[in-house]
Amino acid sequence: MAILITETTRVIVQGMSGRIGAFHAADMIRYGTNVVGGVTPGKGGEMLLDRPLFNTVREAVAATGAEASLVFVPPPFAADAIMEAADAGIRTAVCVTDGIPSQDMMKVKRFLKRYPESRKMRLIGPNCAGIISPGKGFMGIMPPHIYMPGRVGIVGRSGTLGYEAAAQMKTLGIGVSTSVGIGGDPVNGSSFRDILELFEADPDTDAVMLIGEIGGPQEAEAAVFARDAMTKPVVAYIAGLSAPKGRKMGHAGAIISAFGESAQEKVEILSAAGITIAPNPSAMGETMASVLRVRQAA
Amino acid sequence: MDIHEYQAKEILQRFGVPVPRGGLAYSPEQAAYRARELGGKAWVVKAQVHAGGRGAAGGVKLCRTVEEVHGFAAGLFGRQLVTRQTDAAGKGVYRLWIEGASDIAREMYLGFVLDRKSERIMIVASAHGGIEIEDLAETDPDSLRRMTIDPAVGLADYQARELAFSLGLRGGQIAQMVTILRACYRAYRDLDAMMVEINPLVITGAGDLLALDAKMSFDTNALFRRPDIAELRDRSQEDPRESAAGDYGLSYVGLSGDIGCIINGAGLAMATMDMIKLAGGEPANFLDIGGGASPERVVRAFRTVLSDPNVGVVLVNIFAGINRCDWVAEGVVQAYRELGLTLPVIVRLAGTNVAEGQAIINGSGLPLISADTLADAAALAVAARARLAA
Repeated sequence: MAILITETTRVIVQGMSGRIGAFHAADMIRYGTNVVGGVTPGKGGEMLLDRPLFNTVREAVAATGAEASLVFVPPPFAADAIMEAADAGIRTAVCVTDGIPSQDMMKVKRFLKRYPESRKMRLIGPNCAGIISPGKGFMGIMPPHIYMPGRVGIVGRSGTLGYEAAAQMKTLGIGVSTSVGIGGDPVNGSSFRDILELFEADPDTDAVMLIGEIGGPQEAEAAVFARDAMTKPVVAYIAGLSAPKGRKMGHAGAIISAFGESAQEKVEILSAAGITIAPNPSAMGETMASVLRVRQAA
Repeated sequence: MDIHEYQAKEILQRFGVPVPRGGLAYSPEQAAYRARELGGKAWVVKAQVHAGGRGAAGGVKLCRTVEEVHGFAAGLFGRQLVTRQTDAAGKGVYRLWIEGASDIAREMYLGFVLDRKSERIMIVASAHGGIEIEDLAETDPDSLRRMTIDPAVGLADYQARELAFSLGLRGGQIAQMVTILRACYRAYRDLDAMMVEINPLVITGAGDLLALDAKMSFDTNALFRRPDIAELRDRSQEDPRESAAGDYGLSYVGLSGDIGCIINGAGLAMATMDMIKLAGGEPANFLDIGGGASPERVVRAFRTVLSDPNVGVVLVNIFAGINRCDWVAEGVVQAYRELGLTLPVIVRLAGTNVAEGQAIINGSGLPLISADTLADAAALAVAARARLAA
């Protein structure tokens, strides 16, 4: 099954006719992702990559039955594109865009709440590498060949550190059910907790690798959820043990500004909740392997 | 992006926050002139630097004569002010703000921040102010009042009133506080701020509210639509290496170690720093080259990292998705030749076009040290550093 995307998920790309959008859409199609069209205002009726382009998301949904949208729209217009997807009935939107103003994201989060649960859109990102269910399909900018199909879920803020985890696991023969990048911004669509909930409910996921970093309260929320509501084991690594307080480390959200936001404190909170900690970023794969061995033996 | 106190006061005053009268000075003579112009019997001279803790660091003084203003200003201009919030190098003092001294009956705290838990703007206030919020949270947590604002509705009057009463304000002070809260909220919202802080917000001897200090910080992602705010950027308050790197699309943070880092992705960059530390070394910097890095950008990254004289070893760690290992490898080879490098360079490549990238590194004939994994790369960098020291 995997979560969020399978081989049948009908995907559109907002901003597909842009240089970056077209490049990654082509990559997604080559991998087998079911890309059914693209949206670029003013280019409706044209074809790109053998797929139809539409002026609005609503038209694209009506014509293709699209369920998911990948948003490759520049920062000033990205929030609007996300809201357009939500209003057109898209169920899952993934936004790769880096540099969206925080207040735009606050508005987006508030906007998404206006829909009842039954038709509420799930947003992944922004400022993320995207999502991939290896062997089935992906929406984003990751190199798909580094992921081996399997039964471990990955959720992380950082794109490249997620690649690192997938590559370490592949070396050890451990495959991935779905990998989800939730992004490095202070206000984002889905939290660690939201994605853990999906993995817990997914029959094709046995364990979860959680890759956090300094800044924000989401790792602590995930710890509470894992302790109270999960039966599957979680392995975590938190980046930024050597990061100084009060300095922004690349990601807009990677800044230690409150109690509980340093890597050390997050590690303590997670391990107190029974989560196995990978002691260093090179040991993410091995730690997962040993947790899986224990689970198998049990 | 941070701005100076006087700029924050000008902005907040425009939105309706009462602030003391004052004037800006770029020289001791101008400081004295400002004091005369303001009149009165006492003035507060305040160093304008992007850091808190100025008072304790000797950057603020109450002066009772114009000569004293001149003398204090003369001692401050051009000095590096080291406060508890700066590094050891401190921040240069090039502007002073001269203000008429105020009669203070009581000090309070007022702040507006982005609360990441509720994903809303949050007001934090305390009936006790004048000390840093971190200290306040530790010494007097019960005094803190918190309130979040619904972005679809904005700050409601009842919320502002509730907060004003809970701070123990009385009579006309309630209306004054409501005005201040609404003004700060509108300034925050309309200018894409990330933080507004008035500390202390004082009650004067006459019973009126007055913003004695002010701090504002802005969302850099929103500067494209706030040109007036973008103009307030003061490069003299930034680390020159960090601001130069930013101009080239590199995200750089200087640290105190000696192993220079060139990485793609913020998370992997932090993880690589952690790995160096675990291997017994100290990273000299955080550096993310970003996505789609050209060979030129990689050369620029080398220049940035090597502008730190402490750097003795460089570690390049790339896990390419949207990047290309061959482009990065070309950049490494180009940097090595162009900059005439002799120091050890460890290169770990993975992901998109890794075989092509490895071939460029191995075929270059340069003494570049290849590593297969993150752990190897960190261990090799620390070992190379140790050999240099021996």
